[in-house]
Amino acid sequence: MNSEKINPEKFRWQCRRGMLELDLLLNNFVDKEVATLTQQQKQSFEQLLSYPDQTLLDLLLGNAVSSDPSVAALIQKIRSVSLD
Amino acid sequence: MGSDKSSTSIERRQFDTLIIGAGGGGLRASLQLAEADLNVAVVSKVFPTRSHTVAAQGGMNAALSNVSPDNWHWHMFDTVKGGDYLGDQDAIEYMCRAAPKAVYELEHFGVPFSRLDNGKIYQRAFGGQSQNFGGDQASRTCAAADRTGHAILHSLYQQNIRAKTHFFDEYFAVDLLKDDTGRVLGALVFNIHDGSIVVIEAKTTLLATGGAGQLFKTTTNALINTGDGMGMAMRAGIPLQDMEFFQFHPTGIAGRGMLITEGARGEGGYLVNSDGERLMERYAPKAKDLASRDVVSRAIAIEVREGRGCGPNKDHVMLKLEHLGEDVIQKRLPGIRQTCITFLGIDPAESPIPVFPTAHYTMGGIPTNHYGQVVIPVKDTPEEPVQGLYAAGECACVSVHGGNRLGGNSLLDILVFGRAAANHIISYLKENKYHRGIDDEIIDKIVTKVKRYDGTDNRSADTVETVAMLRAELKQTMESHCSVFRNKEILKEGVDKVEQLVKRMENVRIDDQSFTFNTAKVEAFELENLMACALATIHSAYAREESRGAHSRTDYTERDDKAWMRHSLYSFENGLDYKPVRTKPLSVDSFPPKPRVY
Repeated sequence: MNSEKINPEKFRWQCRRGMLELDLLLNNFVDKEVATLTQQQKQSFEQLLSYPDQTLLDLLLGNAVSSDPSVAALIQKIRSVSLD
Repeated sequence: MGSDKSSTSIERRQFDTLIIGAGGGGLRASLQLAEADLNVAVVSKVFPTRSHTVAAQGGMNAALSNVSPDNWHWHMFDTVKGGDYLGDQDAIEYMCRAAPKAVYELEHFGVPFSRLDNGKIYQRAFGGQSQNFGGDQASRTCAAADRTGHAILHSLYQQNIRAKTHFFDEYFAVDLLKDDTGRVLGALVFNIHDGSIVVIEAKTTLLATGGAGQLFKTTTNALINTGDGMGMAMRAGIPLQDMEFFQFHPTGIAGRGMLITEGARGEGGYLVNSDGERLMERYAPKAKDLASRDVVSRAIAIEVREGRGCGPNKDHVMLKLEHLGEDVIQKRLPGIRQTCITFLGIDPAESPIPVFPTAHYTMGGIPTNHYGQVVIPVKDTPEEPVQGLYAAGECACVSVHGGNRLGGNSLLDILVFGRAAANHIISYLKENKYHRGIDDEIIDKIVTKVKRYDGTDNRSADTVETVAMLRAELKQTMESHCSVFRNKEILKEGVDKVEQLVKRMENVRIDDQSFTFNTAKVEAFELENLMACALATIHSAYAREESRGAHSRTDYTERDDKAWMRHSLYSFENGLDYKPVRTKPLSVDSFPPKPRVY
C-alpha cells in the first residue's frame, strides 16, 4: 500500500468524461477503490485517464488491449469492480 | 490562492470573446474567431475533448444525395414536420441550406467520414427523413462509423490548437457579468485545480454549455450535462424557451440509460413486444421503426402500459438486430455491440436488447435568433437581442428542433450555429472595439455567491441538506412527473415538489472546505443550474395544455395550433410568457401545420 498522499478528488474530476458509459465504469471504481490504490496503480490510472474518451472506451469495453501490462491489469480491475 | 479575495485583488483577463463550453458548438465558434485573428478564450469545466459531443454516435444530416436523391428543401420539410411545427422556419431553412458546406468543412478539418465504394461520403438512413416532402425514406446522415462526434470534436480541438485559441481547461463558469443596461461583459469563473477566481472580461460572450440531461434519473447523458449555461442565463434574467420539450430517446438500455444509436434501426433493426410482434407497424405503417423519436418513444410506453412489455416486470420492449448478421453488426455498429456485451452480457448478434425511452436531449434552451444572438422580450418586441451575449448548440433554442429533434440534426445544429454566431460576433466587434469596464460591485456579488458554500454556519444539523440527496430527489421527481406521458395532476405534483426542492437548496452545505479539486462545490453549483432548468421545464409542461412533439398530455391528447403554436418562455422574474413561432422562412414558402403521420 502506498503511503504517499493522493487527492482522490483529482481522480474523481478526471473521471468526468463525455460518455455515460465511462462515467459509470470510472466513477464506480473511484468510489470503491481509489483509497486502496498502490503507487504503481495510481500511475497507471493517471496514464489511463490521459487517453481520449474513445480510446478509453475501447480499452474498458474490451475492443482494444493496452500494450502496457500495468495499464491492462488496471483495466481488468476496473471492469471487475465496476461491473460487479 | 483560494476564493478569499475582494474584487480588487482578483485576477482579471480580457478577451474579445469568451466562449463557455468546449463541445462542438463552442469549438466551431472559437475556431472561426481565432482564424479571424480575434483574441478568444474557451472555458471548459472538463478537458475539451471530454465534452459530450464525443458521445454522438449516429452522424450529421446534410442533403448530399450520395445514397438517395436529396434536396435541402426536403430536409427542411422533415425538420419542420419532425419538430411538430414548433420550429422557427427561418432558422430551419438557414440550417438545412448550410448543411452540405458544414460537412465539407469538417472533411477539410480532417474528419474521416465513412465512404461508399465510389469514394463519396457514406450516408445512412435515420428516423424522420424523407424524399420529396414525406415520400420514401431518405439516406441523409453522414457518419464516421459510430464515432462521428468523437471524430468531429478531436478535429476541431486540433484546429483550435493550431489557430491559438486560449483554453481555460477545468475552470467552472459561475455566472455572467452583466451591467445595469443588460449588456453582458464576460463571466466569473473559478479554477477547479486550486479554487482561484478569475474575472474574464469579454466584449462578447457565447454560451455553448450543452444540455441538461442530468435532470432525469435515467438518462443517456454524461454526468457533465447539468444545464450550466441555461442556469447562468436564467440567473441573468433571461427566460428559457420551450423547456417542456425534452426528448426521450426510444432506445436507451432499459433501466440503465446507455444509448443504442438510432443507426441500429437505420441499419435494419426493429422493435418487438412480448408477443414478438413488430410493434411499430401499428403506430407508423410507413416509416415503422424510423418514425420520429417522439412517435417511437410513445409507442413503446403504450406497449408497456397496456401489458405487452417484456421481462419479468414487463417494463421494456426488445430491439432485434440478430437478423442483420454478425458481419454487419461488427462493421456498422461495433460500439453498441461491445456496450451490450459489457454492461448486459448480451451479444446483439445473438439476442435482442432490452430498451425503453430514456432522457436524451433538451430541445428547449436559451432563446436565440439564427445569428446566435440571445433574444428576450422587451416591451412589445418579442425578440430583442441581449447586447454582447450569444448561445449555440443544445443549450440554445434557435429553434430548429421545435417540439422534437430529428436524429442527425444535433451535430448539424452545433456546427452551423456555432459558425453563424462566430460570424455575427466578428461583425459586431468591428462596431464595438473596446472593453466597457466592470464595476466592482457586479463582481463582488458573484464572489459572495462563490463563497456561499465556504465555512460553516450556525444551522443545526437537522436543517442541513446535501447535494447528493437533493440531486437524487430532483432526478426522481422529474422522471416520475415529467416523463414521456404527462397529465395535469402528475405535473402539478411535480411543480410543487420541484419548488420545494429549490427552497431546500438554500440549506445545502458541503463538508469539503479545500481549494484543490473541490468537486463537492462544483456539484453544488451544477445542482443550482439543474434546479433552474427543472423549474422552467415543469412549469412550462404544466401550462401547455396540448400534445405536441415530445410533450404528450394524456388529458390534452391533440395538438392545438390555434392556442398553442407558440413558444413558451419561463423566467425567475416573470414566470411564464409566450412568443409567436417564426413561420416565415428566409426564401421559400412556409410549411403550414398539417397532421403528422409517419
